[in-house]
Amino acid sequence: MTWLVPLLVLVPLLGAAVALGLLRHRKLQRTITVAVLAIAVAVAGTLMVLVDQHGTIVVQVGGWQAPYGISLVVDRLSALLLTVSASVLLLVLLFSIGQDLAPNDEDAPVTIFYPTYLVLAAGVLDAFMAGDLFNLYVAFEMLLVASYVLITLGGSEQRVRAGTTYIVTSLIASAIFLAAIGLVYGATGTVNIAQISERVAGLPEHVQLLLHTMLLIGFGIKAAVFPLAFWLPDSYPTAPAPVTAVFAGLLTKVGIYAIIRLETIIFPGPQLNDVLLVVAVLTMVVGVLGAVSQTDVKRLLSFTLISHIGFMVMGIGLGSVVGTAAAVFYTVHHIVVQTTLFLVSGVMERIGGTTSTRSLGGLLKAAPLLAALYLVPAFNLGGIPPFSGFIGKLGLFRAAAEDGSPMAWVAIGAGVVTSLLTLYALMRVWDAAFWRPRPAAEAAAPHVSTAEPHAHLRSPEPAPLTVSEETGEAYHPGGSTTVTDAPHASSASSPATGQTPAVEPSAHTPLPRMLVAVTTVAVLGSVALTVVAGPLYGYATRAAESLESPDRYVQAVLGGTDE
Amino acid sequence: MTTTLVLVIAMAVLFSCGVYLLLERSLTRMLLGFLLLGNALNLLLLIMSGAAGKPPVGKTAEGIADPLPQAFALTAIVITFAVSAFLLALIHRSWKLSRADEVEVDEADAAIGRDRDDPADDDPEIDTDPEAAQREEASR
Repeated sequence: MTWLVPLLVLVPLLGAAVALGLLRHRKLQRTITVAVLAIAVAVAGTLMVLVDQHGTIVVQVGGWQAPYGISLVVDRLSALLLTVSASVLLLVLLFSIGQDLAPNDEDAPVTIFYPTYLVLAAGVLDAFMAGDLFNLYVAFEMLLVASYVLITLGGSEQRVRAGTTYIVTSLIASAIFLAAIGLVYGATGTVNIAQISERVAGLPEHVQLLLHTMLLIGFGIKAAVFPLAFWLPDSYPTAPAPVTAVFAGLLTKVGIYAIIRLETIIFPGPQLNDVLLVVAVLTMVVGVLGAVSQTDVKRLLSFTLISHIGFMVMGIGLGSVVGTAAAVFYTVHHIVVQTTLFLVSGVMERIGGTTSTRSLGGLLKAAPLLAALYLVPAFNLGGIPPFSGFIGKLGLFRAAAEDGSPMAWVAIGAGVVTSLLTLYALMRVWDAAFWRPRPAAEAAAPHVSTAEPHAHLRSPEPAPLTVSEETGEAYHPGGSTTVTDAPHASSASSPATGQTPAVEPSAHTPLPRMLVAVTTVAVLGSVALTVVAGPLYGYATRAAESLESPDRYVQAVLGGTDE
Repeated sequence: MTTTLVLVIAMAVLFSCGVYLLLERSLTRMLLGFLLLGNALNLLLLIMSGAAGKPPVGKTAEGIADPLPQAFALTAIVITFAVSAFLLALIHRSWKLSRADEVEVDEADAAIGRDRDDPADDDPEIDTDPEAAQREEASR
């Protein structure tokens, strides 16, 4: 069944070429794009089952045996991530089609969207299968160039500005990665991951440390870990909702995947594990503190994205089978949930006209279904028990407790605080956008209601942002909640300035049916992770077991057998 | 592994100039920085292929120049080319939009800074409801 593997890259790339040729036939273009990604989902799903039964599948492209040729390697980790990301790609594509079908939307994808999206898909899928570092670099470039186009889609001033930040950061990350590849080749004489793994132990300690650190920095920028994450909340929120959703779900996870490979197969030793744990703690805490201080939903979600990358890095940094297994499970959970939340924010923007929590309000009455769609993944991300977020976090904390080092306990503490603060930040959005009645939001800003009639066309809103912890509690109608204990009555006398009015959610903006349908499927998918958590966790554990014994990987690639 | 010191120095100079230019605000300078960086990386790949002067083809694998880094460099050149084309388009677009070639300050980021200096502006969600404030004051 090895012929299935290259299909995952070939079909999207060919599909992109065909779709590019059909620029004038939008319907056909759309159909082809959906068909291509549906094929990818089917192939990835098949591979996931096959790999679990028969072990790692290796394809030597062009028949050149490793280490001379390019190897595509699909082990359990790859297969799992391939399946999840192909499904997410398909789902987000359907969402964007839903936006496309709606009339008069400035965010509606232009014709170049579909081919670019397919190139992005090819890049992401190729990255998960790359068996040598240089192929990984090419895959990264493929998805990055596609993402450059997607993030500046439409070329408005906002997006060009945000895109520049993103592009320059990515260029630097790629440069560091390429330099690291050059040095690895100089040191070991190969770029094949399996062969590097064999040879790296023979290198002097300081050379190992240099190569390890350089690769880690390159991947760390892509994965958006703490000191290297500041580009993300600047650039992601300005893109159209489906683009942000797929970036948030997949692009950072490609970085995480590369870090997992780096720490388990290329440099299996515990050389930098302590550094990773420190970085994980800082990522979690700094990220979530950023989220708490935001008033724009998309920016807030971008900060929670960063903060939850910390959980995955924590699992990797523990350097044990249980830790890696938990990190893999958490990655899958986070891909699905974070994408879902961004999709929901896209629908919120459509219905409410803005993503600023200052102007949103009354969505609970206007769209009760949407309220439920927001609440479920929000609880999931925060880690409320029945959901997969809880299972993932529990797994991580157990792995850390088993590790038992002081740093691991600090990480557990940071994780708990982060979960609470995530929940707090997301519930603030809930209070402002859904729970707060509409008139209250409007009464506060009557004097500016005509000042900026097109304010909702810009995102993120350039609104002043201050939310202190004590007064962060939103308005509670009828005193139904008693959580607020801060004496904030004194501050309530000064009306907020610079508020932008939102579009009133009324009868003439009906719920965009397709968007809601796709979002519902995404939410159900994230809930389904709980249902299949047992088998999924088992799969993640088996994946981690084969990762933590790199010999198996090396044998599979260099031995040329399918076992 | 032996290599020419000149090449190493050239690479280091290209790298430092490239990084310096990338840190500029002007988009055109960034592009130039990126091009220098790309060339520095290609040189690095070339240096890694070992000593110069070996024949490109030979009867046996012994003694010929290592073709792999050359293939890497070729791929890297193509990628650099594509990205610079995109950057040029971006610069053009930025110029058409704002007649400026600079990366602007992020509005939302700047707003956080502005807020620090303005203690009067408090939590919006509380401000938006004058009734709640009245109720609270009445209860005191």
